[in-house]
Amino acid sequence: MQTKNSKSALFPYAIWIALFVIAPIALIIYYSLQDLEGNFTLANYAAFFSTVYLKMTLSSFWYAFLITFFTLLVSYPVAYLLTKTKHKHLWLMLIIIPSWINLLLKTYAFIGIFGLYGPINAMIEVFGFDPQQILFTNFSFVFVSVYIFIPFMIIPIFNSLDKLNPTLVYAARDLGASSFTTFRRVIFPLTIDGVKSGIQVTFIPALSLFMITRLIAGNRVITLGTAIEQQFLVSQNWGMGSTIAVFLIFIMVLIMLFTGKNSKGGRA
Amino acid sequence: MRQLLQATIAIVIACALLFLAANQLQVTGGKGGKDTLTVFNWGEYIDPDLIKQFEKETGIHVIYETFDSNEAMLTKIQQGGSAYDIAAPSEYTVEMMKEKDLLIPLDHSKIPNLKNIDPYFLDLAFDPGNEYSLPYFWGTVGIVYNPTIIGDELTFDSWEDLWDPSLKGKVFLVDGAREVMGMGLNSIGESLNTKDDKILRTATDKLITLAPNVKAIIGDEITPLMINNEASVALTWSGQAADMMFENEDLTYAVPEEGSNLWFDNFVIPKTAKNIDGAHAFINFMLDAEVNAQNTDYVGYSTPNAAAMELMDPEVVEDERYYPDEETREHLEVYENLGLEWLGKYNELFLEFKMNMR
Repeated sequence: MQTKNSKSALFPYAIWIALFVIAPIALIIYYSLQDLEGNFTLANYAAFFSTVYLKMTLSSFWYAFLITFFTLLVSYPVAYLLTKTKHKHLWLMLIIIPSWINLLLKTYAFIGIFGLYGPINAMIEVFGFDPQQILFTNFSFVFVSVYIFIPFMIIPIFNSLDKLNPTLVYAARDLGASSFTTFRRVIFPLTIDGVKSGIQVTFIPALSLFMITRLIAGNRVITLGTAIEQQFLVSQNWGMGSTIAVFLIFIMVLIMLFTGKNSKGGRA
Repeated sequence: MRQLLQATIAIVIACALLFLAANQLQVTGGKGGKDTLTVFNWGEYIDPDLIKQFEKETGIHVIYETFDSNEAMLTKIQQGGSAYDIAAPSEYTVEMMKEKDLLIPLDHSKIPNLKNIDPYFLDLAFDPGNEYSLPYFWGTVGIVYNPTIIGDELTFDSWEDLWDPSLKGKVFLVDGAREVMGMGLNSIGESLNTKDDKILRTATDKLITLAPNVKAIIGDEITPLMINNEASVALTWSGQAADMMFENEDLTYAVPEEGSNLWFDNFVIPKTAKNIDGAHAFINFMLDAEVNAQNTDYVGYSTPNAAAMELMDPEVVEDERYYPDEETREHLEVYENLGLEWLGKYNELFLEFKMNMR
């Protein structure tokens, strides 16, 4: 009786997954096999392996890597220090609040901040340097992306650090480990799951960022997301757009496998 | 448990109410019928006083809705959910809508003010005999620039000026494959409707040599950047340039002599129309010389209405930047509907150009 009950309780979720996970992916694969006239073909896949798209995939990867790397570099110490503070949940809240603001609004704010007559350049001038072109550079793109992803990286790392049993750290110190060794051999391995899920929620969306590439990088950075948008909205070539999306899904699966199971690393 | 239940019910009721309210609002848009007229136009593209005047004169209630891209408008009309009586697509979209059989032919006998339109703008390739469309506004693609920043030496009589080494990292381009590829094609003296792989290749290679000068490829964000002097040279449409020049008097606009794009936005009556007589009346009203002059003054784009131009401020009408003379217009080309295959190629090459910018 018990098992029967729990099985029928699964039914709505099964429908949900079929409708909103399996069906869309199947549709994307179906469209990726069609050319402009709706004939079945593998030409889209052949086109993907042309130099333009391969270069774009590689540069997407490179920027996603940079973004994830710097996000992690900022987030881990922040999450670590947060767990040491008195009102840690209040501080965490303050860090998370910016992520409630619409992404586009935050991006537009940076156009003003980074502008030639913006506050950053005003500061640079105070120190006696010429105003710098900050907007529409690779630097501004990585900076804004990192800023946007930081809360998403901090949450899982904070949760796993918070759950870490402090007695383990004390034990390590008692047994004579230096603080660096304690971190390397005890703290970091025990929070690796939080880091992994942080990487997942950063790297995967970073691969398909698209509004920021135009607003902040002025299309100097092209990601797979930009290309998909162009194919669907401008070229109206759903086949090619879907093909790029299929590769994006494929890459995401690889990353999920690579960053492994994370049953312990809690997300918020 | 009870609290949780109460909270859930409260949320569900709130959502249901909001949904109903949204539905109610939607019904009022695009219901259609004898005494209403639904106009589907670009944003900020008509003088609202004129709509009131039209309502007073004819007793027809006008519902005015806006779109921000030809593609978005096309999708909405194709879905057929709302009863749009009038739309204002650009010329290549008129061609596409004709192909897809989405338009109702115009009855010229119901539009006597047709005589006001300069014959130069009638009977164009995208709609021979103006069977389905009449021009509303027109303009060009060119370069808006700020001589107080870049100096007086560059006048952009030629596209080559964009390649000038002094503009390193200064040029902004509009994020449109047709515009940028068209500029590349024009700069090597070819047609911007070229369907020839070799010529397109040459144009792309030429564009790639422009890469060091290009600061960014963006959309409407270019307007505030030009106004605030953050940018000094940009490839854009004449209408957008007019907006910028209105706010920042240092700016000026030029259409290079090798040629450029000439574009039209046109009135059409889509198949979704419920009030076809009303739609004709509206088009005729908008083509009236006085009405058109007032509207052009408000919108700031170039009107094809010769009778209206006589009523307008001569300083505007004689301004070559907005109304280039016939000789310049000879070098301008209207976009043809390339078809999806070639549109795809243009986009692919544009992407390649973007990839080379670093």
